[in-house]
Amino acid sequence: MIACGSINPQVFFMENKIQILLIGSNEAIMATITRLVNQEISWQATTCLSTESAMEQLLKNDFALVLIGAGLDDENDLILKIKKVKPAQRIVKHFGGGSGLLFGEIKQALGLP
Amino acid sequence: MAQTVLHRSNTRGVADHGWLKSYQSFSFAGYYNPDRINFGALRVLNDDIVTGGMGFGEHPHDNMEIISIPLSGELHHADSMGNKASIKAGEIQVMSAGTGIYHSEYNGDNKEPAKFLQIWLFPNQRNVQPRYDQQTLKNEDKVNEFVQILSPNPDDDGVWIYQDAWFNLANFDEGNVKSYELHKPGNGVYVFVLEGDILVNGQALATRDGLGIWDTESIDIKALGSASFLLMEVPMKF
Repeated sequence: MIACGSINPQVFFMENKIQILLIGSNEAIMATITRLVNQEISWQATTCLSTESAMEQLLKNDFALVLIGAGLDDENDLILKIKKVKPAQRIVKHFGGGSGLLFGEIKQALGLP
Repeated sequence: MAQTVLHRSNTRGVADHGWLKSYQSFSFAGYYNPDRINFGALRVLNDDIVTGGMGFGEHPHDNMEIISIPLSGELHHADSMGNKASIKAGEIQVMSAGTGIYHSEYNGDNKEPAKFLQIWLFPNQRNVQPRYDQQTLKNEDKVNEFVQILSPNPDDDGVWIYQDAWFNLANFDEGNVKSYELHKPGNGVYVFVLEGDILVNGQALATRDGLGIWDTESIDIKALGSASFLLMEVPMKF
């Protein structure tokens, strides 16, 4: 199980890895995104291939960021569900499917330099 | 009142991987500048030089409209939809990555570098079925006119994408003056100079400078010498 803590990324960064929940149904692309996120020494990815498993993870753990990847038919519904249980949850839709935009999206969403 | 953002060529991000030299107008991969994320729906403008025989191995994309415009040399493309093609100067390639696509892109020549613009736009729909297209540009040699190379409309000139965007290439002779009328309210135009010197609404631009303009219905362009440039009209909100 992934270790979890504060959702304040600055505090989290100091104390532990920044936990990022990745959700998307394209297994091959999600594997690539997971590998890229985990390459960053201070970030740790938890990856779910369905909205159901993602909601289970969110109810059990805190994440600094939820990143929504490709292939989910119901991504707007998913955002509503997440906001219902965690109104302050940071959520970003991922574009590009690889390293090009990923790091910028995460840094921008978390307010990291 | 029109608003502008100026990106001088020497302020772009630079990535030098040996086989690839990439000049990046907006944040990309290892280049992150929070003040240079995008211009409306235009998210990536990479000015790439690929060494002979080298290229991008198979890698994924999703949910992005990806346009390649070769400037010199030849690129060999292969993708997970079964497309195998080569593109060269005078052609344009587009991929709607949608739910996901894998592709590779290599310099088709073992010696000469291939130079091309890699342009990514946010799509107006997520998770579309991936698609690939390439076209030879019509009227590419036309002088002192705007030549449309991309639009949202499959029946219009050039390739089409899932976004309310229009791209035009232009080759102007010295002194030529022309106004570009935007297609849609709320859109802006990013002018990228391929070569030469131009004035855009009075702002001087040189080779590889970029100027974004929005809150306007038209822009005026004058060539200070022989010049070529790319106009990218994109939604500012999307």
